[in-house]
Amino acid sequence: MIEARDVSVAIAGKPIVTGVDFEARPGEVAAIVGPNGSGKTTFLKALSGELVYTGSIALNGRDMSAMRPVEAATQRAVLPQATTLSFPFTVREVVKLGLVGGRSGVLPGEDARLPERALARVDLEGSAGRFYQELSGGEQQRVQLARVLCQVWAPVLDGKPRYLFLDEPVSSLDIKHQLIIMNIARDFARHGGGVIAILHDLNLTAMYADHIHVMHRGRLAAAGAPQDVLSDELIEKVFDCRLKVGVLPAGNVPFVLPQSAA
Amino acid sequence: MADQSIAGVAGGMATAAEGDRSARARLVILLLCQALGISIFLSLTSGASDASAVGVIGDWLFGSVPGDAALNARDQLIVWDIRMPRVLLGVLIGAALAVSGAVMQGLFRNPLADPGLIGVSAGSSLGAVAVIVLGATVLAPVTALLGTLALPLAAFVGGLATTLVLYQVATRRGQTSIATMLLAGIALAALAMALTGILIFMADDRQLRDLTFWQLGSLAGATWQKIGSVGPVIGLALAAMPFLARGLNALALGEATAGHLGIPVQRLKYTAIVGVSAAVGASVAVSGGIGFVGIVVPHLLRLLIGPDNRYLLPASALLGASLLLLADAVARTIVAPAELPIGIVTAIAGAPFFLWILLRKRGIVDL
Repeated sequence: MIEARDVSVAIAGKPIVTGVDFEARPGEVAAIVGPNGSGKTTFLKALSGELVYTGSIALNGRDMSAMRPVEAATQRAVLPQATTLSFPFTVREVVKLGLVGGRSGVLPGEDARLPERALARVDLEGSAGRFYQELSGGEQQRVQLARVLCQVWAPVLDGKPRYLFLDEPVSSLDIKHQLIIMNIARDFARHGGGVIAILHDLNLTAMYADHIHVMHRGRLAAAGAPQDVLSDELIEKVFDCRLKVGVLPAGNVPFVLPQSAA
Repeated sequence: MADQSIAGVAGGMATAAEGDRSARARLVILLLCQALGISIFLSLTSGASDASAVGVIGDWLFGSVPGDAALNARDQLIVWDIRMPRVLLGVLIGAALAVSGAVMQGLFRNPLADPGLIGVSAGSSLGAVAVIVLGATVLAPVTALLGTLALPLAAFVGGLATTLVLYQVATRRGQTSIATMLLAGIALAALAMALTGILIFMADDRQLRDLTFWQLGSLAGATWQKIGSVGPVIGLALAAMPFLARGLNALALGEATAGHLGIPVQRLKYTAIVGVSAAVGASVAVSGGIGFVGIVVPHLLRLLIGPDNRYLLPASALLGASLLLLADAVARTIVAPAELPIGIVTAIAGAPFFLWILLRKRGIVDL
């Protein structure tokens, strides 16, 4: 369980996140949505211990601010929006960095093959020998996810749930890989872990999230199950955009929803 | 390509997973050990005199051969008191400069960071020159207190101060700006050199001659005493750096991500900065400005074995030591019986190499 109470973050004196209460339970996918600049990433950075915050954040009942980096690393892994590298690492070498500090949770002998297994999960089987810098943005994002998966391969370790923090994990991916990645998140939760994901696609969010947290101007505008949160009024207020939930396009304009995936 | 042939050899040793270059890296380290052994042997046996290192070492191992006691005494002097300290100093300094380069590049997340380029060496020079010029007057209490350690310590403090200022200037919210770093490095180096210039202006004729040769960089004048004063400093710094390897690998993903992976980033950064300053400071104190080793060696090795610091750091130490011995051999022989400062040799070979790196990376390195 991750519990944040009254969390505020200011950067250079300017409040970016104000008084956010937040919960993420093991076994669930918790989505954070909201317009650009609403403080989603800043809040996730506070959760991952990267930024100084006021208020309290507890990870499995332990105060985040009192945790050493290596303790936190065994309990949660963080996928940033994008990662650039200035040295010629191979894909395998990048993925293996996931094993540098935390504990994957597999049997001791299995760590050696874990990069290959993680790459297979993100549909990059056979890419281990390629250079990271030569990959497309979407492929790089999937390599980073494979690295993150290595760090917390077992969703539950020593009886405690572990967490994935994903900042826009599917933003640069094609639809096939969006579904693959979201299914990985779903799976991680099904096996007892917890997932916190910042998402922009409301359809994917509705499809995969158990809980939606809507952020607006640094505050929490709404939180709850997708069917309770995603209303015409909320979307208009938060996104400043008049949209209707569940309305089909007029005429024969084609539309493709992720929910239709076989 | 050499790349492929080595991959082939490594492949023969173990069936490595695709994208896993650790087997190749271990093989390269093994080869570099042999190369260093050969370099040491050649450096001990070659020189202006025909003294035979083989004879002397054989002598030392198996007892003296009757009949050439006189010759042996001379040879022994040359090999033990002239060549041996010089070779050891070359090994220490070559290793220190190359490893410092690799660590700085990891720390700044940029393949172009080098203690010589960004002003750390200039800061060390300032510290060292201050002791040489002011040691008998203003700084007399310090030199009296520290003895032979005054020079390396002053160089260390100078290098440390420069690196800390540089890091503070170039880093904002955990992101190190490379453009700022290089430009700040130029400014700091200019400042350090100006202050050094004032000291040189104050120096007397004898000090001036010492300073000029020292600034160009040279292993000449290596003595067991000098090794005694800088050896422990460099040895300690080199021994600490392998412990940074895993952290530096994670740091390649950025400071925040390294922290998420469980690396204590602040401690890592400070250890790296202190270690580099100590190693560079001690090197500069005894041998002056020997440039480009720190940038050429790690770069070559990254092409060969990849950027994994667990292999890159030891391999850099070995190749740096071998290359510096080679450069020293060139410096000693090319204008024999006179001697070229080794800093000139490394700059003539290293500067074009540096330009070549820039050309190759024009698209990748963001400045």
